[in-house]
Amino acid sequence: MSPTPGLEARGRTGTAPLLLTRGLRKHFPLRGGVLQRVQAWVRAVDDVTFDVKPGETLGIVGESGCGKSTLARLILRLVEPDAGSVWFDGEDVRRALPGRMKRLRRDMQLVFQDPYASLNPRLTIEAAVAFSLLVHGVGRAEARDKARALLGRVGLDPRLYGRRYPHELSGGQRQRVNIARALVLDPKLLLLDEPVSALDKSVQAQVLNLLQGLKTERALTYVFISHDLNVIEYVSDRVLVMYLGQVVETGTAEALAEAPKHPYTQALFASAPSMDPDRRMERPPIAGDPPNPIDPPSGCRFRTRCAFAMPKCAEVPPPPVTVAPSHDVACYLYEPATVPA
Amino acid sequence: MSVVALPQEVSTVAGAPMSYWRTVAWRLARDRATLVAGAILLLIAVSALLAPWIAPHDPNAGSIRLRLAPIGGATHPLGTDEQGRDMLSRLLWGGRMTLVAGLTPVVVAFLVGTVLGVIAGYAGGLTNTLVMRTMDVFYAFPAVLLAIAISGALGPGLPNTLISLSIVFIPRVVRVAESATVQVKGLEFVAAARASGAGVWPILRHHLLANILGPVLVFASTQVSLSIILAAGLSFLGLGVTPPAAEWGLMLNTLRQSIYVNAIVPALPGLAIFVTSMAFNLVSDGLRDAMEIRS
Repeated sequence: MSPTPGLEARGRTGTAPLLLTRGLRKHFPLRGGVLQRVQAWVRAVDDVTFDVKPGETLGIVGESGCGKSTLARLILRLVEPDAGSVWFDGEDVRRALPGRMKRLRRDMQLVFQDPYASLNPRLTIEAAVAFSLLVHGVGRAEARDKARALLGRVGLDPRLYGRRYPHELSGGQRQRVNIARALVLDPKLLLLDEPVSALDKSVQAQVLNLLQGLKTERALTYVFISHDLNVIEYVSDRVLVMYLGQVVETGTAEALAEAPKHPYTQALFASAPSMDPDRRMERPPIAGDPPNPIDPPSGCRFRTRCAFAMPKCAEVPPPPVTVAPSHDVACYLYEPATVPA
Repeated sequence: MSVVALPQEVSTVAGAPMSYWRTVAWRLARDRATLVAGAILLLIAVSALLAPWIAPHDPNAGSIRLRLAPIGGATHPLGTDEQGRDMLSRLLWGGRMTLVAGLTPVVVAFLVGTVLGVIAGYAGGLTNTLVMRTMDVFYAFPAVLLAIAISGALGPGLPNTLISLSIVFIPRVVRVAESATVQVKGLEFVAAARASGAGVWPILRHHLLANILGPVLVFASTQVSLSIILAAGLSFLGLGVTPPAAEWGLMLNTLRQSIYVNAIVPALPGLAIFVTSMAFNLVSDGLRDAMEIRS
């Protein structure tokens, strides 16, 4: 790998990616016993590599517990990765010193999953949104005005809601506050960690539309994490499918919906509830729960649930194979297609 | 500012919002038990404060001829003690001592304990182990025994009583503050603040302290009544305030021998201790209810 993966990726795709990760890994120790010795490791994220181009929405999809949320926290260094690198706007995030990190955090913001736990119950929503500005040295009056303007933009009239406390708002309203808080610093990249999964279907649509509107308006780039395939298909340009901490397939949303390659992706799309009776299936395409990430299967982690598992799958994890332009699959069933370099 | 779309969600909540502290005050104003207890507490505090001016007699001047006068006399409305000193004056002066002995250790423990608890809870790891296990050593002793042991080692007198009681209460506050800190630290809004680039101090100030001070304060207020009783207990054992100073526990101790001569007068300091600690308990209960965040 060249010392600056940003330049390498630029050569291949034409535009420099806004965010890229290379071999990102996080294993959490499980301690136990009297001496609190490490008993086992939870392999939350293992060797994750991907690029996000400016202006696109990358959807990250996978079952719960597959490491999606950890991945978002690793990118922001809310959790320190064990290995690998994160590059944002041509800068090595993991090497950034505290002052520089603070500056980088203005440019990449995270919207959290739980609209209840992610707002301080003792701060009015106006203060919650203004807080990040104050941290970055913006004056009190200016911070308040900006916060109020943004609350208005996300659909919460500041005259009516500015002085309210989070417990006086509904889940959808709180998630709007979270979005306003993330956007108040004018970030380039927004990481959305299951932003709508705690909301009712009708409210989900409203929040998703708000996010789409904000994206075009502010030229944002999204990394959208969700377990809901319908949501992912709706918002994403490209989709990254994760299974037990590893990337199994990446491709455009259309390519994955129409021609999923990896057996896991196929099962995932086949199991998504559909409104079309012809698409409903007799049997669930995938059985059982994902294996425990504490002791994942050797080789390909999906092989224990895979209908096409071969002896080879148990040995070495399959490397990603490019089967079509910007469509990569980590599976031994596929041979690399001849893609123009 | 134009409001974007979605009228049905926006219009669900109407009316002027009420600030948090106004809501707390509004709830307290409707809680009769807390109001009454608060009024009693205020009365006790004010009369103790004004003791030098409102006490009818010198609390330390006795008369051998007037020992253990019954309640209801013209010059001594609450009778006299075993040395003929005016009970009303002694109760008023004793209230000062008792309130100081009850409040000071709790205030000290609240300040020291919150700092230690937040440090232990937020830092975690080795710091946490070090602080919390040290506290456990103190916590392992029963409160009364610990207070007696420290007071016994330091010797009698009010300052030593305050030191020993502070040491008794610090570990309790640390425990509450630490567990509250650990709980709040794990919530997503703290991670969100970090993700915004906030450093340790802004997070501690606006996100952590704001959320744990309430519960810790309420816990501390429940300890005031215990502190009063412990201080009185130390005086009773001769380890606290030294005679002839008036202090409710000490008064209870010296009057104890006269209980067969006059049963009512010796009960007065006990009654004063009971009413005061009860009032503190009721007020802290009411505060806890009023400060709860409800939707």
